[in-house]
Amino acid sequence: MLRYAAGRLVQAAIAVLGVLTIVFIVMRFSGDPTLLLVPEGSTQEAVDALRKQLGFDRPVVIQYLDYLQSLGRFDFGISVVQRIPAIDIVASRVPYTVMLALGALAVALFVGLPAGIAMAVWRGGWLERCLSALALTGQSLPTFLSGMLLIIVFGVVLGWLPTSGAGDIRALILPSIALGALSMSTFARMARIAIIDELGKDYVRAARARGLSKAGAVERHVLRNAAIPVVTVAALEIGNLLAGAVIVETVFAWPGIGQLAIQSIQSRDFLVVQVIVLLISIVYVLTSLLADLVYALLDPRIRLAS
Amino acid sequence: MSALPAPGAATPRRKTRRVQPAVPLAIIIVAAILVLIVGLALLAPWIAPADPTRQTLLMRLKPPGSVSSAGQLYLLGTDDLGRDLLSRILYGSQISIAVAFLSVVVSTVVGVSLGMAAAWFRGWVETLIMRFVDIMLSIPAVLLAVLTVAVLGPGFLKLILVLALTRWPRYTRVAYAQTLQVANLPYIKAAELAGARTLRILFRHVLPNIAGPLLVVATAEFGLMILFEAGLSFLGLGIQPPAPSWGSIMSVGRQYVERAWWIVAFPGACLFLLVFSVNVLGDWLRDKLDPRSRSR
Repeated sequence: MLRYAAGRLVQAAIAVLGVLTIVFIVMRFSGDPTLLLVPEGSTQEAVDALRKQLGFDRPVVIQYLDYLQSLGRFDFGISVVQRIPAIDIVASRVPYTVMLALGALAVALFVGLPAGIAMAVWRGGWLERCLSALALTGQSLPTFLSGMLLIIVFGVVLGWLPTSGAGDIRALILPSIALGALSMSTFARMARIAIIDELGKDYVRAARARGLSKAGAVERHVLRNAAIPVVTVAALEIGNLLAGAVIVETVFAWPGIGQLAIQSIQSRDFLVVQVIVLLISIVYVLTSLLADLVYALLDPRIRLAS
Repeated sequence: MSALPAPGAATPRRKTRRVQPAVPLAIIIVAAILVLIVGLALLAPWIAPADPTRQTLLMRLKPPGSVSSAGQLYLLGTDDLGRDLLSRILYGSQISIAVAFLSVVVSTVVGVSLGMAAAWFRGWVETLIMRFVDIMLSIPAVLLAVLTVAVLGPGFLKLILVLALTRWPRYTRVAYAQTLQVANLPYIKAAELAGARTLRILFRHVLPNIAGPLLVVATAEFGLMILFEAGLSFLGLGIQPPAPSWGSIMSVGRQYVERAWWIVAFPGACLFLLVFSVNVLGDWLRDKLDPRSRSR
C-alpha cells in the first residue's frame, strides 16, 4: 500500500508541476505579459517600469524558475487593480464557492444515486426509460440555460426563491440545482452501471437462492460493493463542480471565485485569474489522488496490480 | 466445464436473440432533427427573413409574432436592438456548428496522431506523450479554455484553436489504448514484415481499425463543444457582437430574462435539441460498436 501511495503521490506532484507550467505558458501566449497586467490606459513609461519591476525583461527560463520559486513561497503577486495580494482577494471568495459546490454535490448525490439505483433494479421497465431520458436531458442542458430556466420559473413566475446574490440559505437553492444537474446525470449513470455489474455476479445469485428478495440483496450486499466506483466519481466531480461554478456563479450573481474569475478577466486582473486557475486545478489533482488512495484502501486488487 | 460446441453449431444464445430493427425509430428521429438543424444552418442566407445585424430601434424587445409598421413579420420576436431573432438564430447556428465541428476536427487530428505515435513507438515517446496527457486532463477544461481565451482575446479562429487545444487529450487516450490492441495483431506484423513504412501502416492499417471508438468520442465531444462555445460566448469570451452565435444571443437575453423570455428560450431550445440529439446518437453508436456495453 505504501509503495502504491508513494508512486501515486509522485504522479500528483508531477501533475501539479505540469499545471503550473501550462498556466505559465498560457499567460505568455499573448507575447508580452506586461500588457496583460497593466491597467487600461497606462502610459508607455508605466508599462516599461512594470515590465522591469516584474522581471519580464529577463530570459524566459529565469522568469519560469522565479515564478516557481515565488509560488513556493505562496507569493502570488499583487492585484494590479485592487493593489492587495491576489491570494487575499481569492481567499475572501472561497467560502461562497465551497458552499455552492457542497450544495450542488448534495443535490447530485441525493437525487442522482437513488435514480441510478432505481434504474438498475427496475431495468427495462418504464421507470428506467423515464429516468434515463431525464439523465440525458440533464446532460444536454448547459448550466447557464438550466440556471436561467430556474430563474424564470421559480424566481420570476412563481416568485418562490431569490434569484441572485448570496443572502440567506434560500439563495443557495437554485444555484445548487443548476450546478448539480450535470453531476446528477453522471452519478445516476455510474450507479446504474455499477449495480448492474454487481447484480450479475454469483454472490447475488447465491443470495437470491437463499430466498433473499431482489430488494434485500441490493440493500444487504450490492450497494456496499457498488459504492467503490461511485466514491471515485464523487471525488472527481468536485473538480468539475468548481470549474462549472464559473458559469453558474455568473448567472446567479453568486459572489464566489467563479464570478471573481470572470470579473477579473473583464478588469484585466490576470494575477487573480491565475490564482483561481491554479487553485481549482490543484484541488482537482488532490481530489483525484485522494479518490485513488481510498479506492486502493477499499479494494486490494488495485494496489496489488500496480 | 462442458465440451466446446462443435464448429458450425449455433450457440443457444444466438438462436434465442430477438431480431431487432436495424435502426430504432428514436435514432431515425434524432438523426432527422440533426439533418434539419444543419440544413437550416447551411440555408440561412436564403431562408433568413432579415439581415441578422440590422437594427430597428422602434421594434426593440417585441414578442414573437409582432409585425412592424413596414409590414415585416418577426416570427420569433426581436432582441434588445430590434434585430430579428429568427434570423439571428439561423445565422447563429452556422457559427455555433462551425466552431464545434472545426474544433472537433482539429483535436481529432492532433489527439489521434499523438495517441497512435505513443502506442506505436513506445519507450520515451510514449512516456512523454501520455504523461503530458495526464497533466492536461488534470486541469478542468472549462477553466483552461476560459484562461486561454482571456489571454488570447476572443475571435472565431482563436475560439476553435482554444477548444481544440483543451480537448485533444481525450482522443489521445482512446487512440493510444486502441492502437496498443491492434499493433500486435498478425496482419499488422505482416504489413511490417512486407516492408510497409510506418506512416502507411498507421494510417492505412491501424487507423481504419480504431476508427469506431474514435467516432464515438468525436460524437460526444461535438455535443460538448456546442455547449462549450455557447458557455464561452455567454460569458463574453467567445463570439463577439454583433456576430450572432447561440451563446452570444442568450448572453444578451440574460439581461432581459424577466421582460423578454423569448431571447433566451428559442436559441436555448435549439441548443438543447441539437445537443440532446447528438448525445442520443452518440449513446446508440457506442452500444452498437462496443459489444460489452450492449449487455448493460
